[in-house]
Amino acid sequence: MRYLPLTDTDRSEMLAKIGAKSIDDLFVDVPAVAQLDGPIRDLPMHASEMAVERHMKARAAKNLAAGDAPFFLGAGAYRHHVPASVDTVIQRGEFLTAYTPYQPEIAQGTLQMLFEFQTQVARLYGCAVANASLYDGSTACWEAVAMATRVTKRNRAVLSGALHPHYAQVVKTMAQFTGDEIADSAPAIAPEADLDGLIARIDEDTACVVVQYPDILGRISDLSKVAEAAHEKGALLVAVNTEPVALGAIRSPGEMGADIVVGEGQSIGVGLQFGGPYLGLFAVRDPKHVRQMPGRLCGETTDAEGRRGFVLTLSTREQHIRREKATSNICTNSGLCALAFNVHMTLLGEKGLRELAAENHRLACLAADRLAQVPGVEVLNSSFFNEFTLMLGGKPAREIVRDLADRGVLGGVSLGRLYPGVEALEHALLVAVTEMTTEEDIETLATELEALVKETV
Amino acid sequence: MEVAEDGMHNGPSTTTGNRALMLEEPLLFEIGHAEVTGVDLPEADPDAKTRLGGFERSEPIGLVGLTEPETVRHYTRLSRQNYGIDLGFFPLGSCTMKHNPRLNEKVARLPGFADIHPLAPQSTVQGALQVIHELGEWLCKLTGMPGVAMSPKAGAHGELCGILAIRAAHEARGDAREVVLVPESAHGTNPATAAFAGYRVEDIPATAEGRVDLAKIKERLGKGGEGGSDVAAVMITNPNTCGLFEKDFREIADAVHAAGGYVYCDGANFNAIVGRVRPGDLGVDAMHINLHKTFSTPHGGGGPGSGPVVFSEALAPYAPLPFVKKDGENYYLVEEENREERGPSFGRMTAFHGQMGMFTRALTYMLSHGADGLKQVAEDAVLNANYILRSMEDILHAPFAGSGPCMHEALFGDRDFGGDLSTLDLAKGLIDEGFHPMTVYFPLVVHGAMLVEPTETESKANIDQFIAALRSLVERAKAGDETLKHAPYYAPRRRLDETAAARKPKLAWSEDEA
Repeated sequence: MRYLPLTDTDRSEMLAKIGAKSIDDLFVDVPAVAQLDGPIRDLPMHASEMAVERHMKARAAKNLAAGDAPFFLGAGAYRHHVPASVDTVIQRGEFLTAYTPYQPEIAQGTLQMLFEFQTQVARLYGCAVANASLYDGSTACWEAVAMATRVTKRNRAVLSGALHPHYAQVVKTMAQFTGDEIADSAPAIAPEADLDGLIARIDEDTACVVVQYPDILGRISDLSKVAEAAHEKGALLVAVNTEPVALGAIRSPGEMGADIVVGEGQSIGVGLQFGGPYLGLFAVRDPKHVRQMPGRLCGETTDAEGRRGFVLTLSTREQHIRREKATSNICTNSGLCALAFNVHMTLLGEKGLRELAAENHRLACLAADRLAQVPGVEVLNSSFFNEFTLMLGGKPAREIVRDLADRGVLGGVSLGRLYPGVEALEHALLVAVTEMTTEEDIETLATELEALVKETV
Repeated sequence: MEVAEDGMHNGPSTTTGNRALMLEEPLLFEIGHAEVTGVDLPEADPDAKTRLGGFERSEPIGLVGLTEPETVRHYTRLSRQNYGIDLGFFPLGSCTMKHNPRLNEKVARLPGFADIHPLAPQSTVQGALQVIHELGEWLCKLTGMPGVAMSPKAGAHGELCGILAIRAAHEARGDAREVVLVPESAHGTNPATAAFAGYRVEDIPATAEGRVDLAKIKERLGKGGEGGSDVAAVMITNPNTCGLFEKDFREIADAVHAAGGYVYCDGANFNAIVGRVRPGDLGVDAMHINLHKTFSTPHGGGGPGSGPVVFSEALAPYAPLPFVKKDGENYYLVEEENREERGPSFGRMTAFHGQMGMFTRALTYMLSHGADGLKQVAEDAVLNANYILRSMEDILHAPFAGSGPCMHEALFGDRDFGGDLSTLDLAKGLIDEGFHPMTVYFPLVVHGAMLVEPTETESKANIDQFIAALRSLVERAKAGDETLKHAPYYAPRRRLDETAAARKPKLAWSEDEA
């Protein structure tokens, strides 16, 4: 038992000190009905480091890693290059194995990092204040809706049809229990119709309008129009961003009038990890909304010698103090993922983020042009950042994705999988391109797609 | 020579503010520059044609960058101002900080796990789906419960998952209820969760021996009104936050079930009973498991956590999407497009499948320990906690020491200090002794609470050193040693003014600070 330092001699000495005859004496309060007499059956016994590593490597080998195939998946999770020093930093034991910084005098490393992180996120989003992270973009999206209902004292949220459907489902799941009313619709293919339809649904009972930017089909549209319409009716605009790298190239949601900006921070420093742990970003434009925010906040202060230091603050909003009156039940945040974001963003800086964004967009434009040449393939988007939608002829897109995988190409996300039952999107394929995509990868996708589409038309 | 007022820093002040290996580090925004970067990318072409819909960013974002050497140094210096379990003993009661095996980290970073997309074609991620399925099976076997939801992102998210399943089960049988009973010693997440799911929360007081009051629960269950009980669920932490096993749990569960309610168990302290007690045998309907606590995934300075939930037969059908199923040798996801296979699931709680990066770590840890090792984990954790309890009870008020053995943690109070020294002073004194303080002022049922949880990965020598340090601090406190009021003296920072931080919140750096 390589992780257990007590020796049998220690155990006997300690039992003697306690005044117990055996370890069983310490479990006397467990009723007999729940006492097990030996190790749980059907579970293996302990194994060596070597054996466990072998076992887990065999599992890993059954997966096709993104780096081993031409790769074009996005839809809320993006494959970007993470500089080696990011992982070096987050593997430092003082960060990796630290607890939530409740004892600030010996947690200044985490706290200063969170203060920097909050500043980076607020600036990226064009907001005044960001929190110290939430679980992921989708739960942050629900927290934004919940916050908007507290701020406006209204309980109706209007969701854009072009919001990531999983995010919309999270919001709807929660709302069915809180009694909030959620209005949503399938995405309209024409972006203008989408925005106008959304604006038409805002009324005096609306707490917030939730839009995604760029949206689930990859389109970039004018948030200021929606913001204006929402504000006119006393509602808040919640903007959701699932690709923070985009904000190195396009205007921030805060600048366009969004009141709450939330999103997924996975793209910066975190990695794909089959969906988690990810990083929920959350910011507000108006500092007076801070006390209604969910989650942890790090603030600046001074110590007894007058030196600058940082602490978790405004915790009277939080569950451990306010119990059932808290702004959220959230306790854990994503501290280590926030650190990865912070380090990667520091390496990039203003210049690097803009260059990274430009390179993503350049390659995406290249890919869109090349794929548009494939007979039977049409690019839906007039605007996009690094992700766009293809309308395919022939078989439904989910079958094409499957066939592409059989040919060793991870070709994108079929919108049929994301929107089961929405016929208009059965033949739609969402394709994401990042700085990791090579021109050769694009050529491979075009060639394979051509073969598959031709086969089935 | 400049000597600090407290007389404790008896060296000269330094020009840089550094103290040898303790190096001060400015904020990133004070040392970085907009034009500096640590990543080599192609220079952006300002004249490149874009298809950004006319929304090109025109104003600067306001970010700054550092080169790679500056970055590594910045964060290395910051890291040295942190305490972590790799550095020393971290006896946080109810928060459970144990050694984080590095094999777990190595495995989680295998490209086959770390570099796969959540929406990848399922034929290309069979190994990952298998890991989720296997981990779920381990959790079911360890808890003796038939259903599991893997997607909750943290303990509190798991609580929400459990309570939503309870709500969905009640609603499905047309018996919507309004009230959730929560003991006053519960984690603050419990009442917050119940309220977030639309319930009214009622406190249940503790008995004098630090356990949930069975009689009070029975009395409250009987007050349902005409349509039967209005209590949807009872949320109980077991082992509880006073460190005790809830002896009457089975009886409480039977009473709640008889009244048509469900039993939610906060599994934060599962590490004390893993491999020895199955919560399913106690009548639990839903319980979250903090993988970081019981199964050693790193805490990371405040997360990520991971909070899978195990369910009884009654609640399993309501578990959230997505869900991994096995069909012969093939694994697949039940999600929106085939949700009819999931029965009356209450819906989706998060964008993807949960904390895969934590699943690989937790499963690695489970395989390393096996059924025999996990049982030993619980036994050593309980042994260590009782050893601390018995080594301190002659000098420090231990309110429930007579209530039976403690489980994973030992609870003390500040009753015997006299004078104006507090639990906080003692905690800050521990910092100077090189220990992370224990959990303080929780649970609320004990005045000046100190909750000490050693876990199974501490050696007897470490625990003895901790006991010696704590005893000396208690003696100083009892003697009215006022120097404790100003501790810590040797930490990177002296006591921080939390009141000032809250009164005038400064939550982001701004240029006028420079």
